[in-house]
Amino acid sequence: MDFILQPWAWFISGPLIAFVLFLFFYFGKNFGVSTNLETMCTIVGAGKVSDYFKKDWKERDWALVFLVGLVIGGFVAINYLSNSSHINLNPETIQDLADLGFTKAGNSFVPNEIFSIENMFTIKGLSILLVAGILIGFGTRYAGGCTSGHAITGLSSLQLPSLIAVIGFFIGGLIMTWFILPLIFG
Amino acid sequence: MKNIKFLLLGIFFGIILTKSEAVSWYRIYEMFKFQSFHMYGIIGSAVGVSMILMYLFKKGVIKDYLGNKINIKEKKKGFIRTLIGGTIFGLGWALAGACPAPIFVLIGHGVFPIIIVLIGAILGAFIYGLLSKKLPS
Repeated sequence: MDFILQPWAWFISGPLIAFVLFLFFYFGKNFGVSTNLETMCTIVGAGKVSDYFKKDWKERDWALVFLVGLVIGGFVAINYLSNSSHINLNPETIQDLADLGFTKAGNSFVPNEIFSIENMFTIKGLSILLVAGILIGFGTRYAGGCTSGHAITGLSSLQLPSLIAVIGFFIGGLIMTWFILPLIFG
Repeated sequence: MKNIKFLLLGIFFGIILTKSEAVSWYRIYEMFKFQSFHMYGIIGSAVGVSMILMYLFKKGVIKDYLGNKINIKEKKKGFIRTLIGGTIFGLGWALAGACPAPIFVLIGHGVFPIIIVLIGAILGAFIYGLLSKKLPS
């Protein structure tokens, strides 16, 4: 059982993600997560403001159940299937992050510098979280998918829009990592 | 109860995303710094195996649980929407260190500030819905 408690290597995790994709299609659904953000808008009543959200969310109830599963899966994995939450980062990454003021990089899944409760109650900390979310929500819906819908489903089914989208993911990710994060934290 | 399989599938995916460390902000940072093969290996091997599956779906070798041919939805076309939308998502992905699925997994980890990211993401999808007709595709 020890191998389950250890972090899983990429060549285990990647094919398992493909297996999840397989099960989605086998159960008659397409693999993708970001459409749920629109469904949630519909549930909280966005259809009153815009026809775009006038949909029957109950047709996607299965996807919302999947999201509940993600939360449970995260809870189970971190509490019962892990013997450590240490991330074995490249020492260069740790040094780069230390230069940005991130201490203890890799000691947990996410940095305290962004995800601590205290940070959430500062203007800067709250803005970072909220803006990141808005970029994710707006960007995925404009692009028509996220990592699961475009990078995995779209690329593997050889769809050109997904290739363009993934190039975009990287343009945005590189700009943020190399230029904007140093401005925010440097 | 017909949706219980999707609950189990979500639990399974949440476990994979945790155990692979794909939900770690640090892994995303490291990926965009090109300092580790880990994330490239995960996404690359997921895409590689999926390619074979997609081929078998299209050829009708693998059918769904009802015995029907599996249809893969075509992605909306449009150079501007995919490139600009993709870039905007990329900015958020690297800032939050999470894409949509990991947001939910991290709630399960007890990382409660990620709920602000989720609220932002729903708001972002709402803004998109309002503007969708006016945005170039």
